Amino acid sequence: MSRKKPTVYDEIRAQGYSRRDFLKFCGMMGAFLGLEASGITQMVKALETKPRLPLIWLHGQECTCCSESFIRSSHPIVADILLNKVSLDYTETLMAAAGHQAEAARQATMEKYKGEYLLLVEGSVPTKDDGVYCVIGGKTFENIVNEAAEGAKAVIAWGNCASSGCVQAANPNPTSATPIHKIVKGKPVINVQGCPPIAEVMAGVVVHLLTFDRLPQLDKHGRPKAFYSRRIHDTCYRRPNYDAGLFVESFDDDNARKGYCLYKMGCRGPVTYNSCGVIKWNNGVSFPIQSGHPCIGCSEANFWDNGPFYSHLPSFPGFGIEKNADDIGLALGAITATGIAAHAVATNIRKRRLIQSGRMKDKKQNSNT
Amino acid sequence: MDTQIKTAQYKEVYVWETPVRFYHWINAISILILSVTGYLIGNPPAITQAVEASYSYWFGIVRFIHFATAYVFFFNFLMRIYWGFVGNQYARWTNFIPFKKAQWKEVVDVLRVDIVQLQEKPLVKLGHNALASITYFLTFIAFVLMSLTGFGIYSAMSDSWFPQQFTWFVHLLGGDLPARQLHHILMWFFIVFAIIHIYLTIYHDYVERHGVLSSMIGGWKFAKDEDKKADQDSDTIENAEEKTI
Repeated sequence: MSRKKPTVYDEIRAQGYSRRDFLKFCGMMGAFLGLEASGITQMVKALETKPRLPLIWLHGQECTCCSESFIRSSHPIVADILLNKVSLDYTETLMAAAGHQAEAARQATMEKYKGEYLLLVEGSVPTKDDGVYCVIGGKTFENIVNEAAEGAKAVIAWGNCASSGCVQAANPNPTSATPIHKIVKGKPVINVQGCPPIAEVMAGVVVHLLTFDRLPQLDKHGRPKAFYSRRIHDTCYRRPNYDAGLFVESFDDDNARKGYCLYKMGCRGPVTYNSCGVIKWNNGVSFPIQSGHPCIGCSEANFWDNGPFYSHLPSFPGFGIEKNADDIGLALGAITATGIAAHAVATNIRKRRLIQSGRMKDKKQNSNT
Repeated sequence: MDTQIKTAQYKEVYVWETPVRFYHWINAISILILSVTGYLIGNPPAITQAVEASYSYWFGIVRFIHFATAYVFFFNFLMRIYWGFVGNQYARWTNFIPFKKAQWKEVVDVLRVDIVQLQEKPLVKLGHNALASITYFLTFIAFVLMSLTGFGIYSAMSDSWFPQQFTWFVHLLGGDLPARQLHHILMWFFIVFAIIHIYLTIYHDYVERHGVLSSMIGGWKFAKDEDKKADQDSDTIENAEEKTI
């Protein structure tokens, strides 16, 4: 039988969604991606005509919070179509097959869709001691990633683990946890940052690749600009309090109840690029700052090492956990002042001697004349 | 009363040219403003009694002053670099980088005379002494790092093309937070520098009587003939420099 491969739209309809649901989904995705009206038409057309993208989703050193985030997307089509058994050819967490069967499915996808499939990686790669700290089916994760990346069209690194190593790469990084873009060579890698990333952001990146067949615009850290070009701070609804200098001083004070800015509580909003303030979490219900907790900067590299989370200044490297740049600076200032005081005393002794030797000379000259 | 009235022949030497003096004071004032506003931005005071946010913008204004002064600071610094190539022998860029062995020898002398005070007779130097020059070179490096981190963090808040030229450095450091951290640490470098710098100029004026303090206003220093000669003898670097030009 030479039947045409079902398109994404066909699969959506087969799941019982109406065309109206489908168009609403496209409208929502277009808005998240910041597309103009014609872009949404393009997206509708692409999903109507293109067969689904074959996907291989690998899990390395991670906690599966990226997968958990994804299946809680605010639109059911995301979970049903993009992630469900329909689209995913291999993913340890959600696939029905297990053991040798699962590995065979991965091999089959890699061969059948060589150069076409998308490789999605959740988790970092331990490289220390030949990669023994993460082995699946007798193969190190490093080997699996390199093998799968070879025939992939593009690689998406899900979350902070895959993008910058997250907690397992935090000092002293005992397993040499390495982000995907440092492992995979010669393939474009999109870093979808966050711990976890927002479900709509993850879906948006996949839909973008499907619609336009090219990489979204990336920032200097490899993150899609559509979602990571603005700081939490710039999209925060508490921002007017910041400009007015109204800050929460402690978590249970009156200012906290009034919803003032969490800047002094260590909020990383001013140094974190993500769209939490716009898309929000859990079907747009809230995001950390709205719930009264400062941002911890989970979409930035090394955010675990930039602690403590609840103080504005990170601790100063090499001086214990509770010492920051201001403590060190003040101590240096005090040492300088002491040094100067000692020096001033020495100088005065010296000056007195200079004056006295001047007098002696004068006296000599006087007696000579 | 044993009053000391002595007659000595002093000559005026025009050491600091007008652009150097302007640079110095613009730099000093802008660093003062930047440090005060910068410290406030990092550690805003607690305000307990306040009207609604819509009626107040004081933190925004503090930040605006910081950003505006940063531009003054940056272009003033660029002007000084230019003057390092066209200015007089005391302003030349070669003074600031310890290329020559003689400069390192002089550093040891300065440490002996002025810091540890092993020798009573002051060391005479009309321009910067070698140790001061190296210190100023360090501050120049700090100026560069301050500008790179400062405009780098600022680039997220501005549409202007200028700050966008600094984003690469933030990327090099790994993100906005490490850049902010370095920016904050360098502020303390300036504070410690300012304390020592002000103290030492007072010290030099106190023991050497060449008018160092007022020289940064008028530009002239005062030197006895023998001082000037001693200075030029020890200043083989600057003499060589003069000849090659």
